[in-house]
Amino acid sequence: MAAHAHKVKRYHGLLDWLTTVDHKKIGILYLLAGGLFFLVGGLEAILIRIQLIKPMNNFVGADTFNELITMHGTTMIFLAAMPLLFALMNAVIPLQIGARDVAFPFLNALGFWTFFFGGLLLNISWFAGNVPDAGWTSYVPLASPTYNSGHGVDYYVLGLQIAGIGTLLGGVNFMATIINMRAPGMSFMRMPMFAWTIFITSALIVFAFPVLTVGLVALMFDRLFQANFFETASGGSAVLWEHVFWVFGHPEVYILILPAFGVISEVVSTFARKRLFGYSSMVFATVLIAFLGFMVWAHHMFTTGLGPVANALFSIATMLIAVPTGVKVFNWLFTLWGGSIRFTAASMFAIGFIPTFVMGGVTGVMLAVAPADYQYHDTYFVVGHFHYVIVGGLVFSIFAGLHYWWPKMFGRMLNEWIGKLTFWTFFIGFHLTFFVQHFLGLLGMPRRVWTYLPNQGFDTMNLISTIGAFLMGVATIAFLVNVVVTSAKPRNAKADAWEDGRSLEWSIPSPPPEYNFKQLPLVRGFDAWWKEKMEGHTEMTPAEPPGPIHMPSPSFLPLIMSIGLFIAGFGFMYDKLYLAIGGIAVTLFCMFLRSVFDDHGFHIEEEEQEKGVHA
Amino acid sequence: MKRLVPLLAGMVLLLSACGRDDLSTLKPQGPVAQEQFNLMKLSISIMALVVVVVFAICIYVLLRFRRRKGDNSIPKQVEGNHKLEIIWTVIPLILLLILGVPTINTVFGLSKDYSNDKDALKVKVTSHQYWWEFEYPDYGITTAQELVVPTGKKVEFELASADVKHSFWIPSIGGKMDTNTGVTNKMYLEFSKEGIFRGKCAELCGPSHSLMDFKAKAVDQASFDRWVSAMKAPAQYAEDSKIKEAFQSKCLSCHAIGETNSGASAPNLTGIGSRETIGGILYNDETPIEDNLKEWITDPNSVKPGATMPSAKDIGLTDEELDGIAKYLANYKLDY
Amino acid sequence: MSAHEIANGQLPHEPEKATLEGRNKVLGFWLFLGAETVLFGTLFSAFLALRHNIGDGPKPSELFELPMVFAATMILLFSSLMSVFAVQAMHRNQVKPMLGWLLITIVLGLAFLGLEIYEFTNYVKEGHRMNTSAFSSSFYTLVGFHGAHVAFGVLWIGLLILQILKKGLTVVTAPKIYVSAIYWHFIDVVWVFIFTVVYLMGKVG
Repeated sequence: MAAHAHKVKRYHGLLDWLTTVDHKKIGILYLLAGGLFFLVGGLEAILIRIQLIKPMNNFVGADTFNELITMHGTTMIFLAAMPLLFALMNAVIPLQIGARDVAFPFLNALGFWTFFFGGLLLNISWFAGNVPDAGWTSYVPLASPTYNSGHGVDYYVLGLQIAGIGTLLGGVNFMATIINMRAPGMSFMRMPMFAWTIFITSALIVFAFPVLTVGLVALMFDRLFQANFFETASGGSAVLWEHVFWVFGHPEVYILILPAFGVISEVVSTFARKRLFGYSSMVFATVLIAFLGFMVWAHHMFTTGLGPVANALFSIATMLIAVPTGVKVFNWLFTLWGGSIRFTAASMFAIGFIPTFVMGGVTGVMLAVAPADYQYHDTYFVVGHFHYVIVGGLVFSIFAGLHYWWPKMFGRMLNEWIGKLTFWTFFIGFHLTFFVQHFLGLLGMPRRVWTYLPNQGFDTMNLISTIGAFLMGVATIAFLVNVVVTSAKPRNAKADAWEDGRSLEWSIPSPPPEYNFKQLPLVRGFDAWWKEKMEGHTEMTPAEPPGPIHMPSPSFLPLIMSIGLFIAGFGFMYDKLYLAIGGIAVTLFCMFLRSVFDDHGFHIEEEEQEKGVHA
Repeated sequence: MKRLVPLLAGMVLLLSACGRDDLSTLKPQGPVAQEQFNLMKLSISIMALVVVVVFAICIYVLLRFRRRKGDNSIPKQVEGNHKLEIIWTVIPLILLLILGVPTINTVFGLSKDYSNDKDALKVKVTSHQYWWEFEYPDYGITTAQELVVPTGKKVEFELASADVKHSFWIPSIGGKMDTNTGVTNKMYLEFSKEGIFRGKCAELCGPSHSLMDFKAKAVDQASFDRWVSAMKAPAQYAEDSKIKEAFQSKCLSCHAIGETNSGASAPNLTGIGSRETIGGILYNDETPIEDNLKEWITDPNSVKPGATMPSAKDIGLTDEELDGIAKYLANYKLDY
Repeated sequence: MSAHEIANGQLPHEPEKATLEGRNKVLGFWLFLGAETVLFGTLFSAFLALRHNIGDGPKPSELFELPMVFAATMILLFSSLMSVFAVQAMHRNQVKPMLGWLLITIVLGLAFLGLEIYEFTNYVKEGHRMNTSAFSSSFYTLVGFHGAHVAFGVLWIGLLILQILKKGLTVVTAPKIYVSAIYWHFIDVVWVFIFTVVYLMGKVG
C-alpha cells in the first residue's frame, strides 16, 4: 500500500473553493453563482416591469429595453435556472445513489468554472456598453452583422458557447455517474425519482446542447468571418437559425422542467409521509416526455410559414406531451391522498407548484392548437404561459428543493417562519404578475414591446403585473434574509433533518463528510432509508468493510482552463488573434498537464474519518 | 388565497371587458378571427375542466389529509393503482382527440391559397424597420401604413420582409404571419365589416418594434374602387413652388408619391392627409394632422427610436419649408 | 495493487476496464461521442439545407477532385485499422508493437491533414472561400470541424505515445489508449459520411 504515503497538497479558505473537486462544494459554488445571476436577471425583470407600468413610459430607452429583455431571458435560462438545478444535482445526486463522488470530479469542477466564466463574459457586455439586444432567441437577421453591427450579439454567442461547454460536461458527467456509480443494490428501478429525472435531463443535455453549439458557431462565423449561413442575400437561410435554435430550445425547456418534477416528487412524498404514487409510471412518463420533447420544436414556429402539414403534425405531437405530464400531476395528487401532510416552507412550495404548473400546462396545450396560436404567438399570452411553467414550475421547485435540502447542504435548518413568508409573497406576487399577462396577449399586446400606446385596454393589467413583480422581489429578499439569519445559527441539523426522509442522503450526517459514506450502503429496495427505518434500523447496512477511502486531489487546472477560454472569447470578439490563440493555448496546456501528470489522489485513513463530522 | 388571486384577476378582466373591438382577439371582426376564436373557446373550455378537477382534488387533499398535532402514525404506503392510472391516461387522450380534430381541420382550412382566385384581392406586404408597405399588384398601386381593403372579399396576402424579420398581425381580423427575408409567405384574411382595425408587428425587430403599428381600413366595394382611382390619379404637389421644390429634392429622394419614384425605399405618401395616423402611432383624431406631421418630420427618431428617416435638421429643411410641407401633406387627401 | 505493480507483467486482459476510473472514462467517452454525433448531425443538416446555394462560386461538381479525396478517405480508413491493431496489441500486453501501430496511425492522420490543407488551398485559389456563398460556408465549417478533430486526435495520440514511453502500459494509461482509439474510429466514420454526402453527392449534383 505504498500509494497511501503519497501526500497531496490541500488548500484552505478561498483557495480550497477555487480548487475543489468535491461535488458538495461545487454544488454550493453553483448555488452562489446561479443565485448571483438570478439576482441580476431579477433586477432586469424589475426594470422591465417599471418601464411597462404605464403607457408611453420613458423610464428606460428603447435600446436599453431590448437589451434588458435579451439579458433577462438569457441570464435566467442559462445562468440562473440551469446552474441552480446543477447546484441541487451536485448537492444531492451522489448522496441519493450512494456514491462517494461523481464519475469525473475534475470535469465537474471544470464544468462549473466554464459556466461561470461564460456567464461573466456575457454580463461584462453591460460594462463594455455593447449588450446583446436581439432577444434570448437571437433571431437573424436582427442578430446578423448587417443589422447588429456592434459587439452585443458577439457577447451572447461567445458567452453562451463557453457556458454551454460547462453544461455539456455536466450532462456527460451525471449520466456516467448515475449509470456507473450506484451503490450495491441500487438498481435503476430503485432510484429516487429525482435521480431519475436528473438522469433523463442529463441525456437531454448531451443530445440537445451540441445543436446549440453548432448554431452559435454558425452565427459566430457569420459575424466574425463573413460566412453566409443566415445571410439570405448570399444564399443563406434565416429560417435555418430558427430550426437550429428550437431543435435545441425545446428540449432545453424539458432540461429545465424534468428536474423540477423530480424535486416535487421527493418533497411531496417526504412531507406526505407516503411512498411516491405510481413510481414506475412516473419513470415512464419522464422518459416519454423527454422523447417527445425532441419532436415538437416547430411549435415555436407555427407562424414562420412552414405550411399546413408541418403545423398539423407539430400541433398533435405537442398535445401528446400533455398525457404523460397529466400522469405526473395525478400521481403527485394521489401521493398526497391518504398521506399525513406536514406544512413546511418546502412542502408549501411543492404543493403550490401543482396547481400553478397545471395552469401553465393547460395554456401550453392551448398554444399547441396551431390556428389559435396564430393569435397567441409572440404576444403576452406566451409570456404568461412560459413564466407559469418556468417560474411557477421551475423556480417554485428550486425554492422547494433549497428549503428541503438546505440542512443537508449546510447543516442548518432554514427559518420556517421566514420560509413561509417567502412562499406567500412569492406565490401571490407570481400570480399577480403573470395571470393578467395571458389576457394582455389576448387583447392584442405583442411581447417584447418597449412601451404601448394608451387607450388600448392594457393599462390596468400592466400596473397589476408590475405590482406583482415587486412582491416577487420582496420574496427574494426575504429568502436572502433567511439565508443570512440561518447562517448565524449553530450547525445542528440532524442527519434525517425532516425525520421523514426516505432516500439515502438522509442516512448520513448533515452536512455529509467529505467522503459521503464511510462504508457504501447496501440498498434493499425503493426508498432505501425509509425501508431500513421501518424495519427498526438506525443506519444502513454496509456493503463493504470499513477501510481507507480514496479521494481525488484538488486542482487549479479547471479554473485556469476556463480563464483561458474567457480570454480567448475576448480575443475572437475584438479581432485580437494573439489573445484568442493565447487563451486557447492556456486551455490546451492545462489539458496537457492533466493528461501527463496522473492524479493519484489521496486516502483518508480510518482514524481520520471521524474528524469534523457532525453527528 | 389561491382562489382569491384568479378571482381578483377575473374581476380585472370583467372591468376591461374583452378589449377594443378593433384590436382584441376576443372580439373577432372577420371569419378568420372568428374561426380562431372558436378554437380558443373550445380549448379554454376543455382546459378549464382539467383545471377545475385538479384544483378540486388538490383542495380536498389539503383539507382532508393535513397532519394533526401529535399525529405520528404512518400512512399506508400505496404503490399505485392501475385502474386510476389508466383512467388519467385515457381521459386526457380523449380530450385531446376532441381538440385535435378541429385543430387539423382549421390548419388546412386557413392555409387555402386564393392567389389564383379572380374574386380575391391580392396584396403584397413588405415590412420595413419600422413601417409597412402594401402593394396592390393588380392595380399597380402602392401605399404604406394604411391597408385599404373592400369588405366581403378574400384578401390574399403575400408577405416578405425588406430587412429583418417582422410579423404581420391584425388581431381582430385574424392571426399573424411572419415576414421573412428570402422567402415569401401567404395568408388570407377577410373583412366582413367596415371599419378601421389596428395592426401590429409581432416579432422583435429592433428598438421601435413596439411602435410599428399600422391600420387596416375596410370599406365597401364602391369606395374601394374610388380609392383605387384616386391613388392612380396624377400626384398633387404644393401650390407654392418653393415648397414643391423643397419637397421634391429633400423628400422624394427616398419617398414616393403617385407614380413618381415607385420602388422607393421609404413610404409612399400619396393621400397621406386621409390617413388615420402619422407614422402608425400619432393619431390624427387626437392631435391635428399638421402638428403630427411636423412632430414626425422634425425628428422621426424621437417618435420612433431607430427610425432610418433623417431629421429635418439633417436634410437642411428650414422652418418655413417644414411648415409648408406639413400643410401640403395634411391637405393631400383622397376622395373615396 | 498500485499502477506500477500491474505494469510488471500482471496487467489484466482488458486493462482499460480494470478500475472504476477506467470504466467511467470509457462510458463517459461514449456519451461524449453521442454528443459529438449530434454536433456533426447538425452540421450535416445545415450543409444539406444550404448546399445548392452556391451563389457566384464554383459548382461542387467542378470543384471537387474526387481522386484526391478518395485517397484521403483510404488513408483515414487505414489509419483507423492501425489503431485497431494498436488496441489488440495492448490487449496482448505488447507495448512496443502497440506504440508502432499508434505511430503509423498518426503518420497517416498527418498525411490526411496534409491532403486536406492542400485541397483547401486549391479551392480558395478557385474562388471557393468561406464568404463566397452559403454552400462554401457550410462546406468549410463541416469539413473544417472534422479536420480540427483529426488534428486534435493526432496531437492527443502523439502525446499518449510519449506517455507510454515514460510510464509504460498501466491501468491508468490503458483506458487513455482505448478511448483515443474509439475517438479515432469515430472521426473515421464521420469522414465516411462526409465523403458520401459532401463529395459523392456533390459530384452527382
